[in-house]
Amino acid sequence: MCLGIPGEVVEILTDRQDLAKVDVCGVRRAINIGLLADEDVRPGDWVLIHVGFALSKIDEEEAQAALDFLEGLGKAYQDEMDALRDSRID
Amino acid sequence: MRFVDEYRDAGQARALAAEIAALCEPGREYKFMEVCGGHTHTIYKHGIEDYLPESITLVHGPGCPVCVIPMGRVDDAIHIARQPGVLMTSFGDMMRVPGSGGNFFDANAEGTNIRMVYSPLDALKIAREQPDLQVVFMAIGFETTAPSTAMTVLRAAREGIDNFAVFCNHVTILPAIKAILDSPDLRLDGFLGPGHVSTVIGCAPYEFISGHYGKPLVVAGFEPLDVLQSIYLLMRQLKDGRSEVENQYTRVVPWQGNPTALRVIGEVMELRPYFEWRGLGFISHSALRLRAAYADFDAELRYELPDVRVADPKACQCGEVLKGVLKPWECKVFGTACTPETPIGTCMVSPEGACAAYYNFGRFTRQRVNAT
Ligand code: SF4
Repeated sequence: MCLGIPGEVVEILTDRQDLAKVDVCGVRRAINIGLLADEDVRPGDWVLIHVGFALSKIDEEEAQAALDFLEGLGKAYQDEMDALRDSRID
Repeated sequence: MRFVDEYRDAGQARALAAEIAALCEPGREYKFMEVCGGHTHTIYKHGIEDYLPESITLVHGPGCPVCVIPMGRVDDAIHIARQPGVLMTSFGDMMRVPGSGGNFFDANAEGTNIRMVYSPLDALKIAREQPDLQVVFMAIGFETTAPSTAMTVLRAAREGIDNFAVFCNHVTILPAIKAILDSPDLRLDGFLGPGHVSTVIGCAPYEFISGHYGKPLVVAGFEPLDVLQSIYLLMRQLKDGRSEVENQYTRVVPWQGNPTALRVIGEVMELRPYFEWRGLGFISHSALRLRAAYADFDAELRYELPDVRVADPKACQCGEVLKGVLKPWECKVFGTACTPETPIGTCMVSPEGACAAYYNFGRFTRQRVNAT
């Protein structure tokens, strides 16, 4: 919850500028990008996601480092991914 | 030894360790607090302490938002969940936090409907789709999750969803650090600043720590090399007689934080006069509640709360652990009565908690690694 999950932005929804589809390790979910309104988020960007909201833009290398860290958490990371899988933000 | 074998930059780590050792003044002891539970995790997973000279000790701080929720608030949440038609939601980490009469799972066994969600927006969606339910979201976390709750409340207000409310338990990190600095129990030489909280608040708010209290603070990333490098930066400051806020984690943390997130928090929430932290007691201006303009969404106003202060179990020494006074294994019930499966205290519940981190990596003592 406190640790951001990195995701790659796949698509900005045209009818909802505050929503983006992201890919997190193969799981595709909608997340809210309203907190990065000033950052001009585009497809191909990486973001750190906290509880369904992108909080910061990062580069791809940092995304990989963050993922390595999360995978090292073991069960806690699994739980977070399971929760994300159940998420249906719209 | 694990660190050396597994980590790809073992050579760099050893070089940093040697530089840190060279900065130690003979006969001087150094104590640094890592505020954030994510750092605690890295430190134990990679055995960072084994790399450091004997004279440097790392102590764990209060930066695990689940760990600081007092029992009374868990009881309040269960009380709300018992009201007719209520669906209580929260993050998965909350489910096993013990209240005085058990945790959320225990309450569900007795008939409440408490469900975990990934995001407050998921809770709002349930409310939108099931208008016959009263959906309450128990919001917890530091500045990393507060903006998400605030955005969700704004959305609920915009859409006029009136069967949605927030039970707000957001806490702010700075007053907790100040309380620790003011406490006579502990003498600290500096801080590893939280990585993700700082993406929101930025680095400037820590300046009272380096200025008024004269303690250096380095905002640190979560990789083992980040942590070692941050300790190096702290030692460097001490050696030069400086006390500043430095940002080691510039890859993610902008100095000014996320102004949009701060604005949204400020629009929807205000500081409470005081809030109880588990183990640390009442700390003034240390938590957030909804502003009067959003009173319609405030579960504390919608439901009458028992609001009873519940003392922690006698055996529990989480307070000492959260303040960094005790190491987890020094708690009398650690690993015996208190385990991640049957937590007595909150520090054992969340993987970000110091006790769970120790327990999971079985690090009960410091073993020295030859750093040269
Ligand atoms: S071992 Fe359990 S009771 Fe003791 S400090 Fe840790 S979490 Fe609290």
